[in-house]
Amino acid sequence: MEMQEVLFYAIMAFTIFSAVIVAFANKLIHSAFALLFTFVGFAGLYIYLSADFLAVTQIIIYVGGILVLILFGVLMTQDIYDVKAIAAHNPLLLSLGGGAFTAIIIAVLISKKPWFTLLNKEFAPTTATIGKLILYEYLLPFEIASILLLGALIGAVYLARAEDKDK
Amino acid sequence: MNSIIPYLIVGAIVFVLGIFTIVYKKNAVGILMGVELVLNSVNINFIAFAKFVDTGIHGQIISIFVIILAAAEAAIALAIILNIYRMKATVDVTQLNKMKH
Repeated sequence: MEMQEVLFYAIMAFTIFSAVIVAFANKLIHSAFALLFTFVGFAGLYIYLSADFLAVTQIIIYVGGILVLILFGVLMTQDIYDVKAIAAHNPLLLSLGGGAFTAIIIAVLISKKPWFTLLNKEFAPTTATIGKLILYEYLLPFEIASILLLGALIGAVYLARAEDKDK
Repeated sequence: MNSIIPYLIVGAIVFVLGIFTIVYKKNAVGILMGVELVLNSVNINFIAFAKFVDTGIHGQIISIFVIILAAAEAAIALAIILNIYRMKATVDVTQLNKMKH
């Protein structure tokens, strides 16, 4: 096996392993840090899919933004000394059943052959293409997304602000 | 590495783990983590199909929009969770049964 391939399977195992920790860790803070490694592993897989721009976006937005928000949420809302609340989960068998049901559906779908004819595209920088596509073909969704982000910004500030009890 | 199947398998496994996390965790922030796992696995599917099936890279654009939505969703969800915590002093979703205090 080539070096590239070895690295690919290592990243794959790393991603899946940290996703398993996210799902099964007892303490939420462990899940949050495992989520960090899952996101980084996904960024590595994006590079193998010749999505260089998205790999960097993944690092910046997920690791730099969403993960910090989640850590913030974990630390703000959890009494870290309350052992009973930390270990509280829904019934394991029920959850495993739900997961297995989804797994069966997806396994049936993936095992259906043949897939589409696969292209073998060369690695190429994608940033210029993405910029052109966003500003021509996907201009309307792009603008809608910006309005959505503005709305989310205002909504989050409104929801999270300290309630004025005296009024 | 030069086939679509490994990527689909990673996506499927992480998707299943995400669904499992959503069902298993009682803490609202834990459920949010499950949603993020699901969104990430969907993203890798889009990008894999953009590389192996599409002649352009439209899948990558779609996943940019998915990332935007995930960011907005995380911000709003955290704001709601903080509000609930301030009101009820818990984020256990099985204990919450009122729409308004």
